[in-house]
Amino acid sequence: MKTRIVIILLLANALGGNAQPNADEILDRVDKNMSSENRIFESSMTIHGRRSSRTMTMRTYSVGDKQSFTEYLTPPREQGTKMLKLENQLWIYSPSTDRTIQISGHMLRQSVMGSDLSYEDMMEDRKLKDIYSAKVIGEETIDGRKAYVIELTAKVEDVAYHSRKMWIDTEKNIPLKEDLFAKSGQLLKRTTMSEVEKIEGRWFPTKIVFKDMLKQGDGTEYKITSIKFNQNIPEHIFSKASLRK
Amino acid sequence: MIKFLIKGLLRDKSRSRVPIIVVSIGVMLTVLMNAYIRGFMGDTIEVNAKFTNGHLKVMTRAYAENANQIPNDLALVDVDQLVSDLRNQIPGVSWAPRIQFGGLVDIPDENGETKSQGPAIGMGVDLLSIDSKEIERLNLERSIVRGNLIKNRGEAMLSEEFSVKLGVGPGDEITLIGSTMHGSMSMDNFILVGTVNFGAEAIDKGAILLDIEDARRALDMYDSSSEILGFFNDGFYNNDLAVRIAKDFNEAQDPNDEFAPIIKSLSQQGAMGQYVALTSVWSVYISLVFIIAMSLVLWNAGLLGGLRRYGEVGIRIAMGEEKGHVYRSMIYESIFIGIAGSIVGTAFGLFFAWLIQKYGIDITGMMQGSSMMLPTHIRARIAPSDFYIGLFPGLISTVLGTMLAGIGIYKRQTAKLFKELEA
Repeated sequence: MKTRIVIILLLANALGGNAQPNADEILDRVDKNMSSENRIFESSMTIHGRRSSRTMTMRTYSVGDKQSFTEYLTPPREQGTKMLKLENQLWIYSPSTDRTIQISGHMLRQSVMGSDLSYEDMMEDRKLKDIYSAKVIGEETIDGRKAYVIELTAKVEDVAYHSRKMWIDTEKNIPLKEDLFAKSGQLLKRTTMSEVEKIEGRWFPTKIVFKDMLKQGDGTEYKITSIKFNQNIPEHIFSKASLRK
Repeated sequence: MIKFLIKGLLRDKSRSRVPIIVVSIGVMLTVLMNAYIRGFMGDTIEVNAKFTNGHLKVMTRAYAENANQIPNDLALVDVDQLVSDLRNQIPGVSWAPRIQFGGLVDIPDENGETKSQGPAIGMGVDLLSIDSKEIERLNLERSIVRGNLIKNRGEAMLSEEFSVKLGVGPGDEITLIGSTMHGSMSMDNFILVGTVNFGAEAIDKGAILLDIEDARRALDMYDSSSEILGFFNDGFYNNDLAVRIAKDFNEAQDPNDEFAPIIKSLSQQGAMGQYVALTSVWSVYISLVFIIAMSLVLWNAGLLGGLRRYGEVGIRIAMGEEKGHVYRSMIYESIFIGIAGSIVGTAFGLFFAWLIQKYGIDITGMMQGSSMMLPTHIRARIAPSDFYIGLFPGLISTVLGTMLAGIGIYKRQTAKLFKELEA
C-alpha cells in the first residue's frame, strides 16, 4: 500500500512537470520558434505623439541578434538615413550631412526617431537566459490566448531593465506582452504583440506596440509588412562602407 | 547778507569744514550705493531677460510645465501669426521668437570620423532679419572673440571656451546632432564663422548659436519656436506691468488646451521670481542704509550747530540781534553747507561709481557651478538721477539739523544771558 502511494505521487509530480515547463524551457521554445539564421524584413513604425502621429518605413537586414542594417525609406526627411549595428556598436548615417556618427554613452538612451524605443533597447543582443534568472509565476489569458507568466530578474549589473514580466503563448511559443521594470519597481516600458501569423512554418507577431510609460502619447506601433527568413545576405551589407552607399 | 554769511563761513573753518565733510560722506555713500545696487541688480535681471527669460515669455501650457527640460515637441506652432496677434494685443513690447535646444556638437576629421565632440546648449535667434534687434540685445558684436557674426544661412557661432575645447576655429565645419521637434535624431552641418564670449558661465561652457531659420530647418520646426520672448520697449523690466499682462493674456486662453499659448512674466520663471523679490527686499535695505547714514548727518549737524555755536548765539542775542534773525541766518548758512556738501559728495560718489562701472568687480570665482546667469563682473550703473539724488538728502538733512538745534535760540532768556556768558 505504501509503495503504491509513493508511485502515484511520483507519477502525479511527473505529469504536473510536463503540464508546466520551467521558465528556461519556455524561453528556449520561444528562441527556437522566433530565431533564424538571418532575416530581411520591411516594416513601418507609427509614432503616436501628444500632438500628432507620423509613420516611417524601413528595410532591415539582420543576422541573429548581433548584426543588423536598417535603411529608412520614408518620409522624405528620414529617407536615406541608415543604421548599422555590429555586436555592441551602433552607427547612424545621415545623408544630408554625409556624416557617420557612432551612438555611444548617454546618446544610447535617446529615442530612436522619436519613438518609444531607445537605442539601448536596440542594442540588447544577449540571450535573456544569460542575463536574467527566470521563473514561472502563473498562467493568464491575454486576448483569448492562454499564456505563461514569467518573471525575470537581472543576474548581471549592466542591463537596461532590472526585471521583466513576460506573457508567453503556451501553444505558439511567442511573447504576447512584456513589462519592463526599473530596480525601484517602476514600470518603464510595456510591449504588446499581436496579429500573430504563421510565416515559413513559424508563428510570428507582425504588430508590436511599444509604450514608454514615462512619456505621454499612445506609444509606437511597429508593423512588419514583409519578412523573409534565411536569405542570402551579402557580407558587405554589415560594414561601415555600406552606410554611405 | 548772503555775501556776508558766505564770507563768515569761509573764514571760520570750524563752521564750514567739518559739516561739509560730514554731509559729503553721507551724500557720497548714497550716490555710490545707488549706482552700485542699480548696476548689480539691473545687470543680473537684464542678462537673464536677454538670454533666457525675456521680460515676458510666451510658451504653450504644456511646454511651460516642463520648460527646464526644453521639450520642443510641445513648442509653439504658427508662430508668425501668433507674433502678429501679440503685437496687436500688447503694444509697447517687442517680440522675439527663440528656439532653445540641447544637442551635441561633433567635429569631423579629414575622413569624416568624429575628431572631438561635446554637449551644447543651442539657441536659434533671429539674426538675419533686417528689423531684428537680437544682435544688439545679446550684445553679440561686442562679444565676438574670433571671426564675425552670422551673415548667411548655414553658418553658426560657438562660445569661445567651447570652440577651444573642441579645437575648432572660424572657417571649420561642425556637425550639430540634435533632436527634431518630433523626437527624431537630426544631423546638420554648419560653417563656424565666429566665436563669442557671452560673459555668463552657464552659457560659455558650451553654446552654439544659429539663425532661427537654420534652427527651424535642423530641428524640423517650421513656423515653430520653443518660446517667444517679449521685451518692454523702454528696456527696463517692470514687474507689476509684466504680471498684469500675463494675467490678462492667460485668462483669455482655453484652460483645457495644453497647447494654448500662455505668458509668464520674468518673475514667474523659476529662480528669477525669487531674485526679483530679493531685489525689492534689497531696495528696502538700501533705503535703510540711506536713512541711517542721513540720520548720522542730521545728528552731527544738529549737535555741532547746537554745542559749538551756543556761546556765539548768546552774544548775538545779548548784543540785541533778533532771535528770528539769528535763527534765519543759521538756516541760510546750513543751506550753503548742504549745497556745498552735496556737490562735493556727489562728485566723489560719481567718481567711485564710475570706477566700478568702468572696471567692475570680478566675481568669476564666486559663480563656479552657478546655473543662474549672473554677470561675471559686478558693475555700477550711473543714471541721471545720481547727479541730483544726493542733493536732496544732503541739503534737507543739514537744514533740518540746524532747524532742530536752532529751536533752542527761542528758549534762551535775555536776563540770564550775561550770567551764562560770565560762566
